[in-house]
Amino acid sequence: MLRQFHSLPGLIAALFVIVLSVTGAILSLNPALERAGSVVVPATGQISVAELAGKVAEHYPGVNQIERTPLGTLIVYYTRDGQMGADRVDPRTGQSIAAYEPSSFSAWVKNLHRSLLLDMPGRAVAGIMALAMVVLAISGALLLAARLGGWRQLLRPVRGTLIQRLHIELGRAAMLGLLLSGLTASYLSATTFGLAPEGVAAEPEFPMEVSGGPPAAVDTLSALKATDLNDLRELVYPYPNDPTDMYSLSTDQGAGYIDQASGEWLSYQPHDATHRLYEFIYMLHTGEGLWWLGVILGLASLTVPVMAVTGPIIWWKRQQSKPKLAANSGPNAADSIILVGSEGNTTWGFARTLHDSLARKGHRVHTAPMNQLASGYRGAKRLFILTATYGDGDAPASASRFLARLEKMSNTPDLPVAVLGFGDRQFPRFCGFAKEVEAALAAKGWPQLLPLDTINQQSPQAFTRWGDAVSKAISTELTLIHTPTRPHTTTLKLGERVDYGADVQAPTAVLRFRAPENGSQPSLLNRLLGRTGLPPFEAGDLVGILPPDSHVPRFYSLASASKDGTLEICVRHHPGGLCSSFLHALPVGGTIEAFIQPNPDFRPAAGKAPVVLIGAGTGIGPLIGFIRHNKAHRSMHLYWGGRSPQSDFLYEPELNTYMEDKRLTELNAVFSRVSDSAYVQDKISVDAVQLRRLIEKGAQILVCGGRDMAASVMAAMDEVIAPLGMDVATLKAQGRYREDVY
Amino acid sequence: MKKLNLALALGLAAAITLPALAQAREVTFTTELKEYRGDGAYMALYLTDANGQYAGTLWIAGEKSKYYKHLRGWARGSGQRRSEYDGLSGASVGSGRSLTLTLDLADELFDAGYEVRVDTAVEDRRDNRYDVVAPLTTEGAGKPVSGRGYVQSFRYAF
Repeated sequence: MLRQFHSLPGLIAALFVIVLSVTGAILSLNPALERAGSVVVPATGQISVAELAGKVAEHYPGVNQIERTPLGTLIVYYTRDGQMGADRVDPRTGQSIAAYEPSSFSAWVKNLHRSLLLDMPGRAVAGIMALAMVVLAISGALLLAARLGGWRQLLRPVRGTLIQRLHIELGRAAMLGLLLSGLTASYLSATTFGLAPEGVAAEPEFPMEVSGGPPAAVDTLSALKATDLNDLRELVYPYPNDPTDMYSLSTDQGAGYIDQASGEWLSYQPHDATHRLYEFIYMLHTGEGLWWLGVILGLASLTVPVMAVTGPIIWWKRQQSKPKLAANSGPNAADSIILVGSEGNTTWGFARTLHDSLARKGHRVHTAPMNQLASGYRGAKRLFILTATYGDGDAPASASRFLARLEKMSNTPDLPVAVLGFGDRQFPRFCGFAKEVEAALAAKGWPQLLPLDTINQQSPQAFTRWGDAVSKAISTELTLIHTPTRPHTTTLKLGERVDYGADVQAPTAVLRFRAPENGSQPSLLNRLLGRTGLPPFEAGDLVGILPPDSHVPRFYSLASASKDGTLEICVRHHPGGLCSSFLHALPVGGTIEAFIQPNPDFRPAAGKAPVVLIGAGTGIGPLIGFIRHNKAHRSMHLYWGGRSPQSDFLYEPELNTYMEDKRLTELNAVFSRVSDSAYVQDKISVDAVQLRRLIEKGAQILVCGGRDMAASVMAAMDEVIAPLGMDVATLKAQGRYREDVY
Repeated sequence: MKKLNLALALGLAAAITLPALAQAREVTFTTELKEYRGDGAYMALYLTDANGQYAGTLWIAGEKSKYYKHLRGWARGSGQRRSEYDGLSGASVGSGRSLTLTLDLADELFDAGYEVRVDTAVEDRRDNRYDVVAPLTTEGAGKPVSGRGYVQSFRYAF
């Protein structure tokens, strides 16, 4: 629901807010530019308006009006030889600095900003957009807090695709500025349409009588003497040779008329409080008088165009991933019920796989959001609940009312239930909501079909395993093959292979694939753009490979980036493994069907902090990719474990080259089948002092390899950093400990 | 371009207490603005009597009354009373554009020391009191008068 409050105004407003924010950013520079120009602001109490007027009179006998901008620029309007002019003047001398010519570009931008050049209808649109901005800033903040697990977690690193991170990181940085801009703009717009009071600018009584004496010199007028220059807004002179005319003076405090003979106030009216509030809000919005705030708000509004583009892209992708269910039976006709708790629709994809698989076996399946839990399913024999967790153990959008509905059910149906949770182990409350649902069902006395199972990071393999368990429980052969991103495969040709490890019963191959030539030379354009015929990917991303006669892709971590011109993976041969057997038997020139699954979280973070790379066996794949691309020579430390230096020391010559050219700072290779046998976690414990020093320097740790190795490394690492008062969970929360585990 | 037909005589008569209104003539006022490259100009066209005192409003260009105080000569004379300009106001006039008004004026107003004055104001730019001062005479009809501020030229004809 909250998400709709964010998406809907965002989609409608996107185009308009781009215009408003870009023009706003341009206008925000004006106060700073004025400030950076030749503005001299004398201290309060130094120069009175009378003194200034006296000096101005020396240089401008035909002065009509003196105006002071909120930042202190003084403008003198004068008539000379029947022609009117305006100059910026120095407040200390009254001398001209330069002719004053307001920028017509600025005026145009200002009109575009406040009325889209459409006058009142445009102002109405701009006002609505200001409100939309407020709604977007607030709903965005709430979404972000929910996503990160609470307001206190608001500064935690964000995960997601590049587009998502751009949207979230920029939004987070600019949130307060945009809220301020939106609120102040809404108020200003409301005053334009008379919906909010702007107060009354001092409107002094127009004096009917003047003393009528001979005009006194302007620098002797007592009311002007009593007014400090820094309070001046505008002084308008009487029309020349009109003894019945008078000075009108407006200041920060009020306005009035001054007798040109006596120099006394003829009338005076202070500004009312509402008007002072209006002026304060006007200043907050424009930065006129507060140039640094203007710059901050301008920078904040520059993020809006990016968010206005990334936002709809995110929305579109979410729409695309919404499932289209075929043959969805009614709740009372179905024998199998699937309830889905999903925030971003990914869980729906898994639900559909289950739905289709059951339907293919002749089951009548009803799939619905968890919020649609019914009080009874007449023909149902089993219930599946597939749910993600939102933020810190909260219910995702389509399950927000599930627990309340469950609570209200008076009698528990005889319907065995299997709960499957989806989540990311790197978050502290992994599958928290699924566990809560499981507990609530148990408390209600629901029979269990299967105990709670969990899927980490949308793992298709784990889902297939759960499918096997379901098959046994319901005595129906199900094959749950789920691919989070529909494989849109590319044919690749094996260009080169290097084999290791045959002597230590760990046959491992480094395979380098290329895009097959289309018989012709790559076009000039493609060469100029660096196109290699490969889909775009970075080291650390995953490649899904479909072995012949199989629909289940196997995923391998990539050791190269597409810009290298090859797709490189490191594959260990598992006896009986379909894909690894296929790859190990593949001759040079043989082809595979492959697609890329981005894994943006597993790569070195930007910056200069040291990087500690830890892996074993084929886990070196992405790590060697990171080292290879370490052209900036940041400090990189590799801990890697193999079996025997003679047989399976993967990439040995390359690693030595990288040591020499400083792409790799330190190489720690340990082997388990030698006389002083050691595992990688042992080496980590030995190097505790050095590792602590690196962590203190802000090092990031990237671990790649098998599940058992990763667990041992994590345990060893916890001990290493305990003296620092930290643990791996803290590092994970900070985004400094990342794993690619299989 | 504004094309207006207003029987101004009654309003003015009240203001300047003319004894009779036997005759009136249709007068067209044309005010051309310079290319000053700013927002639309607010303008006040009004009459002053032989003593230079405000006598009545011909037209106010500009829709927001909160800015009328910048038309200083007129604001002072009229006291910005709504009754002075009720039904006699319209949109502001853009840079380089012109305003044409057609009004019925009593014959007694001609050659009697009355002057047409134009005050102008533009957002973020200076205010011009008495941008144009043109005596209202039979002889002066059709003769353009230059403005000192945003007005390029002003003339009236009948």
